[in-house]
Amino acid sequence: MTGQAAGFEELRDLYQEVILDHGRKPRNHFRMEVFDASARGDNPMCGDRVELFLALADGHISKASFIGRGCAISQASASLLTELVPGLTPDAARAMGARLREMAKTGARDDSTPALERLSALSGVHEFPSRVKCATLAWHALDAALDGSKEASSE
Amino acid sequence: MDALPARLDVARIREDFPILSTQVRGKKLVFLDSGASAQKPRAVIEAMTRCMETAYANVHRGAYHLSEVATANFEAAREAAQRFLGAATPEEIVFTRNSTEAFNLVAHSFGRALLKRGQVVLVSEMEHHANLVPWQMLRDAGLGIGLRFIRVTDAGELDLDDYARHLAQGDVGLVSVTHMSNVLGTVTPAARIARMAHEAGARVMFDGSQAAVHRAVDVRAIDADFYAFTGHKLYGPTGIGVLYGKRELLDAMPPFQGGGDMIETVTLEHSTWAAPPARFEPGTPAIIEAAGLLAAIEYVNTIGMEAIEAHERALVEHASATLAQVPGLTLLGSAQDRGGVFAFSLDVAHPHDLSTFLDRRGICVRAGRHCAEPLHARFGLEGGTSRASFGLYTTAEEIDALAEALVAARKFFA
Repeated sequence: MTGQAAGFEELRDLYQEVILDHGRKPRNHFRMEVFDASARGDNPMCGDRVELFLALADGHISKASFIGRGCAISQASASLLTELVPGLTPDAARAMGARLREMAKTGARDDSTPALERLSALSGVHEFPSRVKCATLAWHALDAALDGSKEASSE
Repeated sequence: MDALPARLDVARIREDFPILSTQVRGKKLVFLDSGASAQKPRAVIEAMTRCMETAYANVHRGAYHLSEVATANFEAAREAAQRFLGAATPEEIVFTRNSTEAFNLVAHSFGRALLKRGQVVLVSEMEHHANLVPWQMLRDAGLGIGLRFIRVTDAGELDLDDYARHLAQGDVGLVSVTHMSNVLGTVTPAARIARMAHEAGARVMFDGSQAAVHRAVDVRAIDADFYAFTGHKLYGPTGIGVLYGKRELLDAMPPFQGGGDMIETVTLEHSTWAAPPARFEPGTPAIIEAAGLLAAIEYVNTIGMEAIEAHERALVEHASATLAQVPGLTLLGSAQDRGGVFAFSLDVAHPHDLSTFLDRRGICVRAGRHCAEPLHARFGLEGGTSRASFGLYTTAEEIDALAEALVAARKFFA
């Protein structure tokens, strides 16, 4: 069916394989028993939820994990986050979140580093205004955790 | 595919709705979100334009011809709503902004003035937030008024035994339940609910936001004390809704909001209230929207609520059978008596992902919790569901298109 193939192609901008993969099999998907920072992100309108846990060592994020529920975009974004922020200072992690929000807003990829290149898979949400908050939810939770807040919302 | 009964010429009806012939992203629009808000027929669009072009002035105040015409048209809308609901007099029809405002009006006015300390408002677990939050606010207002909940069965029906147990406690002052669930499609036995409430000395209010669109409603046959519906789900405009209230109740109720048009006499210190319905309609009302509502009521009347109901029964049957064939799909609720609203979940796709996928094929469904968060919690679906809801213009082909797209979505996301 040609219509189906065309529909799939368009959707691949949003649902790139890396997103679908992380959505289906989220990495670091567990509640950390001992952690240094944590925050919950909620999208009250759609019920998406991400609870993020961070371990810190020597001024760097040493480990990240999350639990949550929600759409493929929100869960994939959280999963990617837990792979990308370990090794970063809190400021560098915040800066990465700011880059993600920028990409989601403009749709422009950033391939300047391998990490940002992976994150750029989320830039496709730009075409789907109602889904931008799905992509940014975990990163709002990251900011809240690093700021010592308990809750964040990307509404 | 089975043909629908030829009671209603859907192809002809679809021509009345300009938006239905438009395209979304180059695809034919398949609008399956009428439960959230219905599309508008040309008759409604033109009536509103005509009101502004030929018969517009403020109502109830000018002593000039144009204002008299505008007032007559506005009151004609009230009479149409009266007949539509089977109310005894037009004075029993209060125009509100929507159903939500009708609940707030009753909670604030009837709730605060006529319910007594120690009495309880009884709602069900399947209410739209519009028929829940105003009662929570009333409960929390420090007046000693309680709030309890009637259970919903696993099939998605009102648990009438649980309802009877609540009533037997003897403290229920008002029962406020939906006449048709906006999530489960369940149509509740309104007349029986009202009879049980009255036997227990309670008043009863119905949320007819969905039911009034899909069924002929007769508030006197039901013996409802209050009944609310909204214009925009009935193919009419946004910004106007209807609260039916029995005359003796409205007479006994204080105003909800103050302003012009709702008073009898005003001094700097005090005012006395106008009689209903004016008492509850302060300020300039939705004049243009009333013209649209009148046209919408005339439109569905011309087609006939019985024909609409028959068409939708056929659609419900078709959808039940068709959606059951989609692998991995779970329908929420399986009520015996149901209308054209289907909430479902698909095993491999979150409702929002599904909604985006369907949107690319021109198919509009709602994703989320449909303003019924407690109901989703009741069924363990905190993440929400997808919802397809039908209108009088919905076709079996559109339901087939949805089912086909769901099968494709499953391949995409699995």
